[in-house]
Amino acid sequence: MVAPDSPTIGSWHGKLRRVRALMWKETHQVVRDPSSIAIGVVLPLILILLFGYGLSLDVKNVPIALVIEQPSQPASELTAAFQLSPYFQPRVLRSMAPAQQLLTEHAVDGILDIPADFARHFSAGNAQLQLIVHGGDANRARIIEGYVQGAIGVWSARERAQGQDATAVPVNVQSRLWFNEADDSRYFLVPGLVVLVMTLIGGLLTAMVMAREWERGTLEALLVTPVRSDEILLGKTLPYFFLALIGFGLCVFSARVLFHVPMRGAVWVLLGASMLYVLVALGIGLLISSWVKNQLIASQLTMLATFLPAFMLSGFLFDLRSTPIAVQVVTYLLPARYYVALLQTVFLAGNVWSVVIPNTLALAAMAGALGLGSRAALRKSLE
Amino acid sequence: MTRLLDSVLRILALARKELLAVLKDKRSRMSLLVPPVVQALIFGYAATYDLNHVPYVALDLDRSEASQQLLSGLDGSGVFERVADVRRPADAAPLLDARRAVLIVQINQNFERQLLTGRGADIQVIADGRNSNTAGTAMGYVNNVVQRFNADLGAQHGWPAAPVQLAMRAWYNPNLETRWFMIPGMIGTLTLIQTMMLTAMSVAREREQGTFDQLLVTPFRPFEIMAGKALPSMFVGAIQAAGVLLVAQLWFRIPFVGSYLTLAIGLLLFVLAAVGIGLLISSVAATMQQAMLYSMLLIMPFSLLSGLTTPLSSMPDWLQYLTAINPLRYAIDITRRVYLEGAGLTLLTPDLWPLMLLAVLTLSGASWMFGHRMQ
Repeated sequence: MVAPDSPTIGSWHGKLRRVRALMWKETHQVVRDPSSIAIGVVLPLILILLFGYGLSLDVKNVPIALVIEQPSQPASELTAAFQLSPYFQPRVLRSMAPAQQLLTEHAVDGILDIPADFARHFSAGNAQLQLIVHGGDANRARIIEGYVQGAIGVWSARERAQGQDATAVPVNVQSRLWFNEADDSRYFLVPGLVVLVMTLIGGLLTAMVMAREWERGTLEALLVTPVRSDEILLGKTLPYFFLALIGFGLCVFSARVLFHVPMRGAVWVLLGASMLYVLVALGIGLLISSWVKNQLIASQLTMLATFLPAFMLSGFLFDLRSTPIAVQVVTYLLPARYYVALLQTVFLAGNVWSVVIPNTLALAAMAGALGLGSRAALRKSLE
Repeated sequence: MTRLLDSVLRILALARKELLAVLKDKRSRMSLLVPPVVQALIFGYAATYDLNHVPYVALDLDRSEASQQLLSGLDGSGVFERVADVRRPADAAPLLDARRAVLIVQINQNFERQLLTGRGADIQVIADGRNSNTAGTAMGYVNNVVQRFNADLGAQHGWPAAPVQLAMRAWYNPNLETRWFMIPGMIGTLTLIQTMMLTAMSVAREREQGTFDQLLVTPFRPFEIMAGKALPSMFVGAIQAAGVLLVAQLWFRIPFVGSYLTLAIGLLLFVLAAVGIGLLISSVAATMQQAMLYSMLLIMPFSLLSGLTTPLSSMPDWLQYLTAINPLRYAIDITRRVYLEGAGLTLLTPDLWPLMLLAVLTLSGASWMFGHRMQ
């Protein structure tokens, strides 16, 4: 490896000079090679725009078939209630057979069957309605069930109030949503998307670049110079670190300006946590590339190790508390989990220190471990 | 006739060489065959909107028999876990802030008295909106428990029941398990990533290493080179899809209602379209890094905007039109409908012809590009 500590090599001055020279060279390369700028700046922007608009769990305009077996006043009033609701797009039919056909073709999400004796039973106070939903998308089916229940409840309460027969429901649930009063799924999805985008671009930037240098043998060429492994690491990482931060800035800007996600925490908390996370993501890329040294496998591994786990196992969409213990253990190993908790809290809830401190510490520990790991891997490969 | 046979033989020889190149290296073999199955296993457990563990804080200001009964209804549901019993609202909020609880269930003073006079009583449920979907589902569960409580109470006191009762049934997924919806969707998703990338990178690598020029001076025609590159990727894709399908059936025990032949036809068209897109990328890209970048630019939107986790119908219209070029969108719909609903080919036509069109367009586009670039 490098010659033993001679005074110029060991000194801080020399170290700084070499790191600066490497950074300079790498920055030149970044500026000249459009693909790193594309990964660092264009990719995050495109992804956050597409996903910010595209990902939503809000259910509106549900196509639903209303089967009215026999017209009556309450039946048509109920139909009107559905037609006026912004949540439904009802199609009124006279019998079950065509409705079931529509459900099979998935042209409607559900069927509400209003039986022939509905009017009589309704005035007697014991009417029964049947709802059939397309259960394929269980989450959506459950939301639709809630909507139908709500629509019927509101309508029947109003009808009853007019009939002066006001027997109240025993226990009534009043619900409130903290941190997301408007119940807009985008508010929690967009911070999660920032995590997804940062994970991917951080990992890709370093994985691809280092693997390419390994393949071309340019890293070995660096070895014969007096540059040391931690200097190589630093000089290579810093330009990409700043590039990724530009991407991050664009993501946050879009979140605030285009998707109106509130920002209730402090900007410096957001920035500090994100800088740590970018280091972690870059570290994963470095580690993968010095392990496999092959662009094809490095890119596949980065994709597998970053994108899908950050999507599925970070708590960005799915509640981790409901997964089996074994899977929860896996999620604790993923940096994305901590960053999702941080971003959702800093964006929506504010500076909740009981969330910010432990998660930031976890990220810092991971960044440190990855830094040491990649240095060891680089040293070992160079020997 | 002999020319055709020669051509087929050449394609097969090239495909065999490509396949060997991919599978010969142990690391690359592992990186193609293991991840889909492992991912299907882990994500199968993780990717669910169903909740089986909802920690909540009880803020019972009434401390009466009725309020205790309501809370024990929550505790007994098997889903809710009471992590704390607090006396003041100020003590409850920090627990929600720190994500130690998802819900605060607040029962005010005089709850029991209001209940027994028949005037009706309110309870307040506050949920953590940092994931509003989880919050909504948890609230739904609370509503179910309260409804049961109401029905019991009404029966005890002989109060009239609500004038309209709703009975619900779900087709194709009777217990409304998200897993039934997610795992079949993953067959296509987990297959797409590597199939597309493998194809896109294969030509780019040869170009970067200069071996592509050597291929050009052989008697291979552009079309044959393309077919020789496409077949191994399709093979890998088919194996991956089969692996995930096995996990869904043998491990997660999700009943398969449809026909394997229909599914195979649908998935074959899908893999063909995915490989076509990969080849188109590799015909445009000059280096591996570019090929990689272009594939990423497509794979991420393809997999997130496919209807796998969030419904297509919740997207704005312009984006729904844009997903028409996403092969995964059709593949996910096909697998789910064949798997859960037993749909046949006629019902699937709206998904099948776009896939076919995509395959034809991308493959002929790639073939033209190869021929064009070689001049």
